[in-house]
Amino acid sequence: MNIMGTPAIEIEGLTKDFPLGFWRRRQRRSLDNLTLQVAEGEVFGFLGPNGAGKTTTLKLLMGLIFPTAGTARIRGRSIDDIGVHSEIGFLPEQPYFYDYLTARELLDYYARFFGYGATERSERVKRFLELVGLTAAAEVQLRKFSKGMLQRVGIAQAILHDPQVVFLDEPMSGLDPVGRREVRDIILALRQQGRTVFFSTHILTDAEMLCDRVAVLLGGKLQGVGAPGDIVSIKVQGMEVLFEALDGRPLPPKLAERATKTGARYRIELPEAELYAALEMLRASEARILSVQPLRPTLEDYFFGLVDREKGASHAVEVDAR
Amino acid sequence: MSAARISIPGVVAVNAYREAIRDRVLYNLIFFALMMFGAAILVGQISIGIERLVIVNLGLSAISLIGLIMAIFIGVGLVYKEIEKRTLYSLLAKPVRRWEFLVGKYAGLLLTLAVNTALMALGLAAALYYVSRHFERSDFSILVAIYFILLELALVTALALFFSCFSSPILSTLFTLAIYITGTFAQDIREFGEVTKNPVLLGMTRALYYLLPNFHNFNGIAAAAYGDKIPAALIVQNTLYALLYVSVVLLGASAVFSGRNLK
Amino acid sequence: MTVLPKNSVAWIALSAAPVLLLAIAALQVSIDARTRSGARQKQELLLRSGPLVKKLSLGYDALLADVYWTRAVQYYGARIGVPHADFDLLWPLLDLTTTLDPRLLPAYRFGAIFLSEPPPIGAGRTDLAVELVKRGIQANPDAWRLDSDLGFLYYWRSKDYPNAAAAYFAASKVPNSPAWLRLMAARVADKGASIETSRMIWSELFQSTKDPHVRKDAYEKLRGLKAQEDEAHLDELAEDYRKRFKHYPASTKEMVDSGILSGIPVDSDGLPYRIGLDGKSHLDPRSTVVIEQSFGAPSK
Repeated sequence: MNIMGTPAIEIEGLTKDFPLGFWRRRQRRSLDNLTLQVAEGEVFGFLGPNGAGKTTTLKLLMGLIFPTAGTARIRGRSIDDIGVHSEIGFLPEQPYFYDYLTARELLDYYARFFGYGATERSERVKRFLELVGLTAAAEVQLRKFSKGMLQRVGIAQAILHDPQVVFLDEPMSGLDPVGRREVRDIILALRQQGRTVFFSTHILTDAEMLCDRVAVLLGGKLQGVGAPGDIVSIKVQGMEVLFEALDGRPLPPKLAERATKTGARYRIELPEAELYAALEMLRASEARILSVQPLRPTLEDYFFGLVDREKGASHAVEVDAR
Repeated sequence: MSAARISIPGVVAVNAYREAIRDRVLYNLIFFALMMFGAAILVGQISIGIERLVIVNLGLSAISLIGLIMAIFIGVGLVYKEIEKRTLYSLLAKPVRRWEFLVGKYAGLLLTLAVNTALMALGLAAALYYVSRHFERSDFSILVAIYFILLELALVTALALFFSCFSSPILSTLFTLAIYITGTFAQDIREFGEVTKNPVLLGMTRALYYLLPNFHNFNGIAAAAYGDKIPAALIVQNTLYALLYVSVVLLGASAVFSGRNLK
Repeated sequence: MTVLPKNSVAWIALSAAPVLLLAIAALQVSIDARTRSGARQKQELLLRSGPLVKKLSLGYDALLADVYWTRAVQYYGARIGVPHADFDLLWPLLDLTTTLDPRLLPAYRFGAIFLSEPPPIGAGRTDLAVELVKRGIQANPDAWRLDSDLGFLYYWRSKDYPNAAAAYFAASKVPNSPAWLRLMAARVADKGASIETSRMIWSELFQSTKDPHVRKDAYEKLRGLKAQEDEAHLDELAEDYRKRFKHYPASTKEMVDSGILSGIPVDSDGLPYRIGLDGKSHLDPRSTVVIEQSFGAPSK
């Protein structure tokens, strides 16, 4: 798995400027001096709002655009080396494929670039179509595919050659909850096989759930790298209680007032000190207690805090900077 | 993963061919067939005594013109479309070098043109047979003329592909057409320079003459119409010329495309 | 539901289209009828410069030559027989044709005959015909027929027998040319014009061409030559009659009655020849036969 401790992905000072304006004289720096490393076998999340530079980073790594400065290596090889591409898979954001081909034809086409014999090729295509749940639509032309189906084809083509490092740009986008779960399962399966997964997303809950580590990008600059839990403070900010009323029994009015109601369910946030008093009140009115959880700032809070700070607004989330 | 030797350009080429076919470009053959059919039937009424001449002239001119239109209009989109539609993103993430992709797209279009031309040649042969009821030895020069047309198309396709690497279809079409037209006039440009006694103009026009693709080399229509024997040396020379020129253009395209930041 | 299903829109369009097209056609007919007088016979030839058109043709000059040739033939065909028609565009069309494809031999022959033919059968410009054929000879030195056509022009139109003989001689020098050319050269050089020679020329033209216009013209010429020959013969017999009866015959019937003629001679229209008061025979006025030139007595 780990070849002499070489990181799977090594990015050093990667910078990208885009020329602006008709005469191309002004520059827009869409990636500023990015430096980070991803170890073999990690599931690494690359987070940031739209326009932060995530897709730019991926395009640089894939060799679709060229860096203004900096270098990158994948499994010890420079990204200029064409051999790297035999070991990596890539799912672009909002993928578009040759719409005149069917799903099977597309996968077969891409499989040809890896030199498989005809039998192995067709076996692989079949296997990965099944993996992403497209067996039924295998002979349908891609121009008839929905966004979600295209996303699945995209994942299939990214991994059908069993790459060691998989790059996914917004892999959950366009998928319904079932689809998203399937993608999560695929990512977890890849991790199980010892592969490295590098995916960008702006959906923080996914990152929290799947990633060993995350990096946060904003305005082209790296804001922080670390395990999701390290990025935000462990400091508990209070408790959350979920409860509902039992058959016609009235609820303690003080609590019911402060709570937010969704259907039959109530949710209230309390400072830790008030917890037991509230629970006692609920117990007395024989309300049904659904859950009691500590409130921790999530990645989302951290995130919005960053964005707000960018915008100059004040906030109260603490950040354990690394 | 097997270590089988595969030709990446070949893989790309086959797919490019498949794309053209599914794009229904071959429907132009219906138009061609109808035209030749009509001509074969009517020519006897309109031009007495030169039926064969007219069929050959018309057929070869149509093969040339249709081929040219196809080469330019498909050619200018070869790379541009893939960049615009971002199909290149997933393709270039595979172990495919940029020049291999270019050569593959080129070969795919050329294959399409060759197939199209071959089918049109059959149509021409059918019309010719209908009109003169037999074939002669000298008809071989018609085949040579068709081969020359293919060489011409190979050149034009390379040019269209080159422009496709960095400019929009409209501009690429204009550039390619401009080069085609001036290439047809290459001899006149050179003569013009020789007529004026201006040494600067003379130098410029001569340089232009050698730089521009000289399409008049490939015009075998009149020779084919009259059944002239086309010397083997010319066939060899034209083939070499086309090979060399196409190589230069494709090299240029590779150079331009290799350094290009995709959107 | 206020939204119309697609089908009814399609049906409306489908049924309206033919009606509209018919209306357009009817309108066009009335427009044509209005502009019929005058403008119809006039044709336009926008580009007259051969070299210019050749440049513009971008390598498709061979096909364009065929197009212009077709146009020339149709132009001629539309005008032959129309009273007061002019053939002004014939030369430019043939000029363009032969500039675009100097090897289009039928064009030279057509021009040789119909450029030189006086109205109402042709343009009446022998000079242009000669120029055209000479140009053809330069471009096609192996085409003995062109030299032969040049000889025809000098012989028949310009009555320039030395040049005619020279042209036939040049034709005979071309490899693989037929033997009769040498014979023709000799005849013309020796005797100048004669009915025999003329008949040989027009017979050769008639047999060697598939062009219906040329064949028709040659056929008419041969008819005229036959009539000329007949008349010359009749004139001789009329002189014999006068020697015997001290006056010219009033009609061929008298010649038959006297035993000089065995039957009433008719022209190729089937009409009997008439004898004039001067003893010279001539065609019946209703005859369509045309005698173009007069020669000396036919060689016996």
